[in-house]
Amino acid sequence: MYQTKYHRASSVDEAVSLFGKSSEAKFLAGGQTLLPVMKQRLASPSDVIDLGKIKELQGVELSGDTLTIKAGTIYYDIMTNADVKKAIPAIAHLTSVLGDPAVRYRGTIGGSIANNDPAADFPAALLALGATVKTNKRSIAAEDFFQGLFSTALEDGEIITAVSFPVPAKAGYEKMRHPASRFALTGVFVAQTKSGEVRVAATGASQSGVMRVPAIEAALKANWSPSAIDSVTISANGLLADIHGTAEYRANLIKVMAQRAVAAAG
Amino acid sequence: MGVEGIGARVVRKEDKRFITGKGRYVDDIKMVGMTHAHFIRSPHAHAKVKGIDSSAALKMPGVVAVLTGREIVDDKVGNLICGWAITSKDGSPMKMGAWPAMAPETVRFVGQAVAVVIAESKNLARDAAEAVVVNYEELPAVADVQAAIKSGAPQLHPEAPGNQVYDWVIGDEGATDAAFAKAANVVKLDVTNNRLAPNAMEPRAALADYDAAEEHFTLYTTSQNPHVARLVLSAFYNIAPEHKLRVIAPDVGGGFGSKIFIYPEEMVALWASKKVGRPVKWTGDRTEAFLTDAHGRDHVTHAEMAFDANNKITGLKVKTYANFGAYMSLFSSSVPTYLYATLLSGQYNIPAIHAEVIGVYTNTTPVDAYRGAGRPEASYLIERLMETAARQLKVDPAQLRRSNFITQFPHQTPVIMAYDTGDFNASLDAAMKAIDYAGFPARKAQAKAQGKLRGIGVSCYIEACGIAPSKAVGSLGAGVGLWESAEVRVNPVGTIEILTGSHSHGQGHETTFCQLVAERLGVPISQVSIVHGDTDKVQFGMGTYGSRSAAVGLTAILKAMEKMESKAKKIAAHALEASEADIVIENGEFKVTGTDKAIALPMVALAAYTAHNLPDGMEPGLKESAFYDPTNFTFPAGTYICELEVDPGTGKTSFVNFVAADDFGRLINPMIVEGQVHGGLVQGIGQALLEHAIYDANGQPVTASFMDYAMPRADDVPSFNLSHTTTLCPGNPLGIKGCGEAGAIGASAAVINAITDAIGKNNLEMPATPDRVWRTIHAA
Repeated sequence: MYQTKYHRASSVDEAVSLFGKSSEAKFLAGGQTLLPVMKQRLASPSDVIDLGKIKELQGVELSGDTLTIKAGTIYYDIMTNADVKKAIPAIAHLTSVLGDPAVRYRGTIGGSIANNDPAADFPAALLALGATVKTNKRSIAAEDFFQGLFSTALEDGEIITAVSFPVPAKAGYEKMRHPASRFALTGVFVAQTKSGEVRVAATGASQSGVMRVPAIEAALKANWSPSAIDSVTISANGLLADIHGTAEYRANLIKVMAQRAVAAAG
Repeated sequence: MGVEGIGARVVRKEDKRFITGKGRYVDDIKMVGMTHAHFIRSPHAHAKVKGIDSSAALKMPGVVAVLTGREIVDDKVGNLICGWAITSKDGSPMKMGAWPAMAPETVRFVGQAVAVVIAESKNLARDAAEAVVVNYEELPAVADVQAAIKSGAPQLHPEAPGNQVYDWVIGDEGATDAAFAKAANVVKLDVTNNRLAPNAMEPRAALADYDAAEEHFTLYTTSQNPHVARLVLSAFYNIAPEHKLRVIAPDVGGGFGSKIFIYPEEMVALWASKKVGRPVKWTGDRTEAFLTDAHGRDHVTHAEMAFDANNKITGLKVKTYANFGAYMSLFSSSVPTYLYATLLSGQYNIPAIHAEVIGVYTNTTPVDAYRGAGRPEASYLIERLMETAARQLKVDPAQLRRSNFITQFPHQTPVIMAYDTGDFNASLDAAMKAIDYAGFPARKAQAKAQGKLRGIGVSCYIEACGIAPSKAVGSLGAGVGLWESAEVRVNPVGTIEILTGSHSHGQGHETTFCQLVAERLGVPISQVSIVHGDTDKVQFGMGTYGSRSAAVGLTAILKAMEKMESKAKKIAAHALEASEADIVIENGEFKVTGTDKAIALPMVALAAYTAHNLPDGMEPGLKESAFYDPTNFTFPAGTYICELEVDPGTGKTSFVNFVAADDFGRLINPMIVEGQVHGGLVQGIGQALLEHAIYDANGQPVTASFMDYAMPRADDVPSFNLSHTTTLCPGNPLGIKGCGEAGAIGASAAVINAITDAIGKNNLEMPATPDRVWRTIHAA
C-alpha cells in the first residue's frame, strides 16, 4: 500500500468538506474493493475518508410502500433486518448469498453500488425494483445511476446517502456464484410492481454491466411463471466470457436464473 | 496403553498456540538491524534481460542495496539443482538448462526474479523496486505442453532441444504389445490432469542472518525439511559449509509439498545478508505464492487398457506429457516417473504395463511435488480408465474392479512396486455398504423425477508412501537417502524430549509422536515434548512429505525408544535387585513382573544422571538415538465412492454423499487421521471441480489471485463419511502405512466418475466447472 492519509468523518457534510480539501481523495465505505486494490498498489488515493462511522448513513426504514436502506448499512444488517424481510424478502436473500460472512460484516449497499462492479449483486436489485439512489445532492433513478462497468452517475465528491426501493408485489433473486470470487457469475432479479409492471435485471452477464432483460420482462408480463421463460432466447452477443463461463453459458444462466427467481418470488 | 496411547483420539497439543494466535512463524521473528527484501520479478513469460538501472532506486529513502542476477552469478552462488537423475530411453541423462537464483540474462516465466531490493522496511523496498528499470527484450513464449513439443515452438533452454527434458520408459513394451494384439476389448482414454497452485495458508518466507565474526549463517525458513535445505544450500549452492549454516523451520503453516524445495528467495536472502551485513527478511505475498511456489500436476495423457473376453485386464499402455514449467525444480523429475508410472497398476492384476513419459519445458512456473505427487495422476488415470471400461464393456464398475483386484500378497507389479499387503475387497465392500450402492438405481430414478441428474462414482486408489528404502531409491536416481532419525532424551526428572527429523507443518506430530511414548511408558503426553525443525537441535532428518512421518519418522522414534528402554530396564533391574528380563514398564513405572516391586521412571532417570549406583560399566545418562531406513514403501489403499447430483440447467454439482474407506494400517490418532483425510479429500475435490492454474498462450498467468483461482471452501464440499479397514503394514514394526495424501489421491476420480455417470457422457476434463459440465451435457 502506498502512503495515504486516513480521515474518519462524523457527518456527510464533514466528509464532503474533507474531500474538497484533498487532491485525490477516495471515500471508504466497507472497503471490500478499495482496500484490496490499495494493498495491491493499484490505487493510491492521497486521502481516504472513512464513511463508516457516520450515523446518518446507517439504518433501514419502512414507510408505507417505500423501503429505504441507508448507504452505510452493512450487508449483514440488511440481511437480518425485520423490515427488509417483511417488505422485500428478495433483498434479504440477495444479501445472504453475497460474498461470505467476512464480506457481509464489512460491505455496504452504498459501497457496492458506487463501485458498480459488473458482477455485483445489488445493482440488479436496484434496477429491477426501480429504486432511487439518494445522494447528498439529489435523487437518481437506478436506470440513470448505473452507466456501465465501474461507472455511475455520481459526480466527484458526491456521496450516496440511501437507496429507496418501492415495495413490489413480487420479487425474487437467484444467482450462480462465481466459483472463486463469489460475485455473481450471473444473477437475475425479477420484480412485479404493485401496478403490474414487470422488471428483470441481470448482473454478471453483460460486458456493459448490469442490464434489463426486455425479452424476459415481456414473457413474464404476459404470464408470471417460470415456464413463460422457456421459449425466450437470450443472445450471447455482448455477454462476458472468461475462464469461469462462456458467453453462451451466461446467456443460459440469465434464463435459468430468471426462471428460478420467478419461482422463488411466488 | 492408557488414554493417550496409540489409537486414542487425543486433542492436539499444538492447537492451543495456533488457535490463540501464539504460533511463531518466520514472519513473526524479528531481529535487530533487520532489513527487508522485495524481489523484482519478470512481467514477461520469456525475455532477455538487457539491462537493469537501479540508480534512482538506490537514492530512495531507506534503500540499503539493489542486487541483481549478474551479481549472484558472479559471486558463484550455485544454480538450483534437480535432485533426482532420470535417464531417457536412449540412455542419455535428462537435459536441463541452468536455473540461477536470479536471472542474469534470460527470464523464462512470469514471476522469475531478476533483482532484489534490500531496504529498511517492506514498503520502502517495494517503493524502490518500482523505481528500478529493467530493460527486457521479449521473446516468444509457450505455456502449453503440447504446443511446446511442436517443431518451431519457442525454445527455452539450448541444453534441451525441442524443450524435451527426457523421454523415459518403464515396463515391458513387447509383452504389452502382445497383450494388446490378443485383446478382446481395448479401452482408450485421453486425460488431462490440471495444473494446480498449492496455496499453503502461510506464504513462503525467509529470514537470513550472517554473523561475520563466526562466518556463520542462520536461516529461518518455511521448510518441510530444514536438514535437506541445509544440505542442498551447503553442498550445491556454496552458501556455507553445513557446520556454518543453521536452518530453522519454526511453525510452518502448511506445505502440501510446495515447501520441500529450496527456492531462489531463501538463497538470495542468505547471500544478501552477507552482502549487506545485516539480517534480511523476505515474506512472500499471495501473488508471489501463485507465481513462484512450485505448481502441481499438469499432465496430458493417452492411455489404453486391454481386456480379455472375461473382462480381465491383460495390458496397459500409457503415454504422458508432463509439463515441468521453465526450470527443473528440486524433485520434479521423479514425480511423473518413479512416483507416477510405478503406481499405474493400481489395485489391479495387470500382467503387462508399458508407460512412456516425456518431460517438457514451458514458460510457466516450475512444477514439482504437490500432495500426492505423481500418485494422484496415476490413480486418476487408472480409475477413469476402469470407469470408462465398465461403461464400454457394460458391466458394473464396482464389479469390474473387484474381478481384477490383486488378492494375493506380496504382489510384484510390472512397474517396480511390490505391494506388501492389502485387502482391496474389504475397503470396496465397506464403501459400497456405507453409501448403499445397491440402492443407487432407485435413488437415481427418484432424482430424475425431480429434474436432477444423479451419478455415482467409484475410485479404488493405491499409493506408495514412506519412499524407501534408501538403497532402492538411490538405484533409481535419488540424490538423497530416505530414512529418518530420532533421539529420545529422558531428563533427570523423568520428562521426555523427542527430537525428530520429521517436520510438522500442520500434521500434528507434537501430539501423535507423544502418543507413542505414552503407549510405551504409560506416562501422560504432557510429560513429553517434541523438538523438530532446527538443524542445531536435531542431528539430522529428511523431513516430512510423501506421508512418511508416521511410517518412517515415528519408527525411528520407536527404535530410539527401544534402546532407551533397554538401558532404563537395566538401571531399574539393578535398583530393584531383579533380573532385567523380569522388568516390565507400566504406567510410568518399571515393575518386577508378578511382584509389587517397582521404581518410577523419574527415579530411573535420576539414577541414570546421578550415576551413583549404576550397573558396572554403564555410561551415565539416559539418551538414545536411532536412524531408521525402511525395507519397502508402504501401500495405503482404499475405496472412495461419491454420489452427487448435477443440475442440468446450470451444470452445477451438488454432493449427496461421499464415503471413504481407507486402509492406513495402524492409526496413532484417529481424529488426526480423519483431519488428514478431510483435508486431502477437499484438495482432491478442489482439483476435480474448482482449481486450475491457467496460462494464456503467451505464458501470462490468468489465475494469480483468489478472485480467479477457485480454492475449495467449506460449503463446496460435503460432510464426509469415513471408515477404515485395516491390514497392518508388515514393513515397519508399528504397522503404519501413512494417511496424509490419500484423500487428494483418490477423490478426484470418484467425483469425475460420478459426474460423467450423472450426465451420461464419459469425456469430461477437470476441473468440472458448471460451465464445462453444462457444455458437455448440451454438446452434440
